[in-house]
Amino acid sequence: MADEPAGPPRITVDGKVIEAKPGEMVIAAAERGGVYIPRFCWHPRMRPVGMCRMCLVEVKGPRGFALMPACYVPVADGQEIVTTSPKVKKAQDGVLEFLLINHPLDCPVCDRGGECPLQDQTFAFGPGESRFVEEKRHWAKPIPINPLVALDRERCIQCSRCTRFADEVAGDAMIDFIGRADGTEVNIFPERPFTSNFSGNIVQICPVGALTATPYRFKARPWDLDVVESTCTACAVGCRMALQSSQNRLIRHLGIDSEPVNHGWLCDKGRFGYELTDNPGRLRQPLVRRGDELVEVSWNEALDAAAQGLRRIIDGSGPEAIGVLGGAELANEDAYAWAKFAKGVIGTDNVDCQMGDGLPADVVLGLPRATIDEACAADAVILLGPDLKEELPVLYLRLREAAVDHGLKLIEISPQPTGLSRHADVRLQYRPGEVAAVARALAATRVPDDGAGGVSAGEIGAAAELLGAAGSVVVVLGRPSLAERAETVADAAGVLSNALPAATFLPALRRGNVHGALEMGLAPGVLPGRVSLDDGRAWFSRAWGQVPTTAGMGTGEVLQAALDKRIQALVLVGADPGADFPDRALARGALSGVGFSVVVDLFGDGQAFPDADVIFPAAGYGERPGTTTNLEGRVSRLGQKVTAPGTARPDWMIAADLAARLGADLGFSSLDDIAVEIERLAPSYAGVTPQLLARPGYRDGVVVPLDGSGPSETDRPTEAIEVAANKAHLGRTVLEDEPDADAPLQPRADAPISAVAATDPGAGPAPSGDRPPLLRFRPGPPSRPAPPVDAYSLRLVASRSLYDGGTLVQRSPSLAALAQAPCLRVNPADLGRLGLTTGERVRVTSSRTSLVLDASADSRVLRGSAVLAFNAPGEGAAELIDAGQPVTDVRIETMNQGRERSK
Amino acid sequence: MITDAAPIVTARIGVPQSWTLRAYLENGGYDGLRKALTMDPSEVGQEVLTANLLGRGGAGFEAGKKWGMLRKAEPVYLVINGDESEPCTFKDHMLLEADPHQIIEGTLICAYAVGASQAFIFVRGEFALGIERLTAALNEAYAFGAVGRNILGSNFSIDLVVHPGAGAYICGEETALLESLEGKRGYPRDKPPYFPAAIGLYRAPTIVNNVETVSNLPWIVTNGGAAFAALGIGRSAGTRLFSVSGHVKRPANYEIEMAKTTFRDLMYDPKLGGGIRNDNQLKAFVPGGVSAPWFGPDQLDMALDQDAVGKAGSMLGSGSVVAMDDTTCMVRAAWRITRFFHRESCGQCTPCREGGGWLDKIMRRIELGQGRESDLDLLLDVCDNIAPGLSWPPQKTTICVLGPSIPSSIVAGIKMFRDEFLVHIKEGACPFGR
Amino acid sequence: MARLTAENLQRARQLVALYPQSRSALIPILHIAQEQDGWLTPDGMAHVAELLELDPAEVYGTASFYDMLFTHPVGRHLVSICTNLACMLNGAEELLEHAEATLGVAAGATTADGEFTLEEVECIAFCGAAPCLAVNWRFFGNVSNADFDQLVDDLAAGRLADDVPPHGTLCRVRRRVGLTAGAPAEAGDDPGGRSPQDAPA
Ligand SMILES: Cc1cc2nc3c(=O)[nH]c(=O)nc-3n(C[C@H](O)[C@H](O)[C@H](O)COP(=O)(O)O)c2cc1C
Ligand code: SF4
Ligand code: FES
Repeated sequence: MADEPAGPPRITVDGKVIEAKPGEMVIAAAERGGVYIPRFCWHPRMRPVGMCRMCLVEVKGPRGFALMPACYVPVADGQEIVTTSPKVKKAQDGVLEFLLINHPLDCPVCDRGGECPLQDQTFAFGPGESRFVEEKRHWAKPIPINPLVALDRERCIQCSRCTRFADEVAGDAMIDFIGRADGTEVNIFPERPFTSNFSGNIVQICPVGALTATPYRFKARPWDLDVVESTCTACAVGCRMALQSSQNRLIRHLGIDSEPVNHGWLCDKGRFGYELTDNPGRLRQPLVRRGDELVEVSWNEALDAAAQGLRRIIDGSGPEAIGVLGGAELANEDAYAWAKFAKGVIGTDNVDCQMGDGLPADVVLGLPRATIDEACAADAVILLGPDLKEELPVLYLRLREAAVDHGLKLIEISPQPTGLSRHADVRLQYRPGEVAAVARALAATRVPDDGAGGVSAGEIGAAAELLGAAGSVVVVLGRPSLAERAETVADAAGVLSNALPAATFLPALRRGNVHGALEMGLAPGVLPGRVSLDDGRAWFSRAWGQVPTTAGMGTGEVLQAALDKRIQALVLVGADPGADFPDRALARGALSGVGFSVVVDLFGDGQAFPDADVIFPAAGYGERPGTTTNLEGRVSRLGQKVTAPGTARPDWMIAADLAARLGADLGFSSLDDIAVEIERLAPSYAGVTPQLLARPGYRDGVVVPLDGSGPSETDRPTEAIEVAANKAHLGRTVLEDEPDADAPLQPRADAPISAVAATDPGAGPAPSGDRPPLLRFRPGPPSRPAPPVDAYSLRLVASRSLYDGGTLVQRSPSLAALAQAPCLRVNPADLGRLGLTTGERVRVTSSRTSLVLDASADSRVLRGSAVLAFNAPGEGAAELIDAGQPVTDVRIETMNQGRERSK
Repeated sequence: MITDAAPIVTARIGVPQSWTLRAYLENGGYDGLRKALTMDPSEVGQEVLTANLLGRGGAGFEAGKKWGMLRKAEPVYLVINGDESEPCTFKDHMLLEADPHQIIEGTLICAYAVGASQAFIFVRGEFALGIERLTAALNEAYAFGAVGRNILGSNFSIDLVVHPGAGAYICGEETALLESLEGKRGYPRDKPPYFPAAIGLYRAPTIVNNVETVSNLPWIVTNGGAAFAALGIGRSAGTRLFSVSGHVKRPANYEIEMAKTTFRDLMYDPKLGGGIRNDNQLKAFVPGGVSAPWFGPDQLDMALDQDAVGKAGSMLGSGSVVAMDDTTCMVRAAWRITRFFHRESCGQCTPCREGGGWLDKIMRRIELGQGRESDLDLLLDVCDNIAPGLSWPPQKTTICVLGPSIPSSIVAGIKMFRDEFLVHIKEGACPFGR
Repeated sequence: MARLTAENLQRARQLVALYPQSRSALIPILHIAQEQDGWLTPDGMAHVAELLELDPAEVYGTASFYDMLFTHPVGRHLVSICTNLACMLNGAEELLEHAEATLGVAAGATTADGEFTLEEVECIAFCGAAPCLAVNWRFFGNVSNADFDQLVDDLAAGRLADDVPPHGTLCRVRRRVGLTAGAPAEAGDDPGGRSPQDAPA
């Protein structure tokens, strides 16, 4: 338009001038300006539909004022709006009365009672008595639409928030309106439950009690709940959430609308994983091995036993004979304490927070990083990683929205179909093991005529063309299959970073605080703050007294070394290689063969760690404060809402106590001591002080390293916070912040950021000399190519699903029920070629072992490959994988041998 | 007065096998299209503008003007509305069965004028024979070269698809129709911004015209817009089809010249409605579909003039006139209409979805003799919460005008026959014995 | 019961090809599924969902909005009696009562032998011949009680099979050409149905 008004549009609401954002709806602008217009169907994170008609206001048009839905009228400069006239009041009263005529009067037994927008608005805006004398509408109530969510159709007010969420946000349109007129109900297709990974969100956004969460039903009344903000650590996306407790039990998690991260959404694993906290199997007391048995002992006794065992090995075989594995489930401060313990006190670099299912630390830490927002705003995103819908669910939601609504181009490089495949502009479905070849072909000036890695030249050309036209490119980088070695992916990443020098990377590692653990140095060859062992040696030696002299081994090598008796002690900090390492035979062998092992965990019943010598009970999520770092490098605060069971302690204390037993002083007596030390010593965390993160504008965290302009505050949209604070919809409420544990601590004066450093004078000395430089990834030599596939084998793709055999899911009863037994998915042509039918039990044999599994036909699986869940409960891909091989090939045979097959 | 204006859209009705290409060609078929293709598309639009052709679907908007409002973007779609479901309207049903080629020809002329890239004729699903005849006619037209590539040897090419509905009154509303044509539940879209000419089918600019509207186009192109405008008076130009039903002796569709003929002519003229059955007294009548507020005998001499009827607080709407004689229970009549809207509400808007059901229940209890005197005020107030002010054309608290149409018969009923409502209440029974 | 047969799958694919977006073919394809099975079976809906890359819930949600699409079994003859205003004024309610008595089922129900489903419907746009009804969407006007009884007899005896196909069959004329494809001209293609509105041939 020629004469676009210069500034933002200004609208007048009830005489008050409000500055609006271009394109936003009147309802949102008015709310920011302090005028709350009631609503049911409108939700700030979904497209408006204008259905419920609760938000009717008068808008001045060419023919005078007319009733219009404020949620559906975009702001326009000079617009005049009236929200309080008798006409508006009558219309709103009328809508509310209409809604109530068929709404049951069961508020006293409704989970939403006390935090119900309908209830609240009836008080605030509604008419008095009902003039409706007839029988209300009846439906059978409530019906489960999946194991987590129950639907009471009598309470439903047909706002369509749930159906829109399912279709528009999650892409899981498994619930819809059924019927017409006042017979309309929300429902599922007969016998097909709402198997969405995001189903809990519809409970949170339901403005009445029609949708309730089965795990929460009747557990508490909203007014009894305490609340604190936190960041979810069920995966590395780091969604902001509110933890709610009643009587020192976590009872509900709600998504908080964090603009840069989760937009209010949570996946069901994050939402319902709180059940684990309460699990009766939680360790309450340390355990020590006495003969064949693990017995409860005092902390002193256990610490002594652990220290003695470690001391013996350090003295006898040197510190390198100890491996410290885990830490990706810890808070940053805990991870730092353990890194300092391992590298500074014991002196071993055989330290790894990843279980062979991630990427080398230099790849993750050393490639230029993108934020989620940057990925969504890019012209193109290369998806070279796992199925995000299953592993990093809310990142899937964000990217899906960007692709569907904002034209983000997606190039998927994966050996299997994923949740984003249907939105991908180009799909390069490659032969397992050959991702680096595909990347090379993509980067080549001329695409090889016969394509690469099983992908045609045409497809690679299309992707190259798309990338050529894209101004900004973000690579989402992770492990497309755990049956394919990390080196190949690192190789591919190197090729892409050379070919696309302006591209940035968003690592798609799954484990909760794996990024914090890597930043804190829990990996071989690195030290806290994103520095390499060599670069940081001088700096950290001065601060810590010592650091290892040479780079150590990662988890895979450590396990192999344990099997070979070169490693004689393992310290497992919140990690179970037996369950999580892709090669189960190797991990189990190592764990049972190692001479001495110390475990720090939430659970320790003999089943989990049959070979442990000492087990320490640790405090878990919601039981300790601290900070966490998500896949963007965003550092935000964890909330503590309940106390840990028994004598369980925060992990950092256990590290400090063990250090003391070994005659060393880690140098901190509180969590804040650690935070201050991290800020002071770890280069990438410079400027990230507890004070900074406690400020309201930084609740959503800051991305490290802070750049010169200082961290930016984020704008919190409304709804989720309100719901979390039990002030549903009636106005803006900000959560009370948790009080700071200790006296305020100041950041260093010379922290390399302006805004904070200028206002907070420094404290605490830094070591003399220059801070070490941040790590940069330098691609290594090309990875080993995959051998040719023989005609009788299928090449394995090991995928993960959200509900797995892992601790979080298995210890949360509501989630455990959702985990499915592993099933081998094969292209129908291969199935046919092998003379098999879908649903048949088959024997699957690799060089490692042989398993009996169900096989099913899936035409989206590449010919010549077979997809199997890794880490599903029971035996799966981990049994079959040989971590020493670049790829894993399997043979499949029918179990019906000898019998005549009927079809 | 009935004029001797020659019929336009019903000219071929009564011709043996009128629905076949042979019969159509023998009676001037496809001449209009042939002529249109020699003109510039804008000239065709100009003729229609000159003709003053008002839409025949209900809203009565000038066709030529609507075409001129298309957002400038590609592609443009044309959708012909053959969903005819307004109760007591049965003219499009007849046109579909008796003269499908005329609809095809009109559609093609319209498509040519507006530059459409594809056209769809949305036919009410219940019109099985109509769908069969239209499909057969389309096959013939393709074979004849009147549809498809290089139509009648010209450079103009377009495809036409006959799309069956599946039974939902609301799909007659143009935006609900587009949703339905997109394969979804028939939910009307909010206007603004979803005026089809701006954001229509697949969000592309789209013209929606009624079956009867486009059936006039071959004649207009052949005879010129001025000839059409010369019929009728002022804005109410041309002839129009009226569906006359209820208590008349000769219920049927009649094509008559607009504005010159009156409601009385329509219902009483021996060549038209032929008078009230058994020569009973007329008690009230529906002037333009059951969405329209009722008229009483005092309005019989009003001309069938869109603007005059509008000024009197009702509408010509879908062109259906229903006579109700003095044996009619007006409570029952209003209740039946309320029940219709209750059932047919799409269910999106709270006031229409819940209000429709509530009004149905109140009307039912009054008719069954269980009403209370306060119910009349309650009815009016509930109606007011759907259509604030209870005027016509209505203001609305809803997305589309189905909701605000519910009050029409209830409010008119209470206004015109308050005593009859009260008798039901006081006597605890329907005085007409049902 | 029943996924689409190979032939119907072929018809469905042809329908998809007629529209710029495949979901537009949903309702026409559901008519075909209903023609095949007499109603929309869960398997049928799931198959259609597969074909159009929709979730079955979306197919079900859409189908359930429309009166003509049945997600539960109905009789071979769907008898739809209009009781809207024009018909009501001409005795439709009495006709409906008579029909209920004759068929021995209330409106909305199906006879035990699965032959007839009776329903009360809104205006079917045949008001010039009130009271009127439709059987499998073939229209009958000015229906007296006696006419109704005769009609039921004729239907049951199969005497109207030419005019009234089994429930679900909407259109017996197939579109001959896809988009922009010219097909060779063929002589008249009269489906052979008749309407009480027709002029004598
Ligand atoms: C509730 C409702 C039902 C309608 N039903 C029909 C209908 O059955 N047929 C029709 O042509 N127009 C119907 N209309 C009008 C259409 O929305 C639209 O105005 C018309 O199809 C435009 O065509 P025209 O300009 O040629 O009249 C309906 C409108 C409403 C609000
Ligand atoms: S007014 Fe009624 S029919 Fe129209 S959109 Fe609203 S609910 Fe649907
Ligand atoms: S119509 Fe605006 S909030 Fe529902």
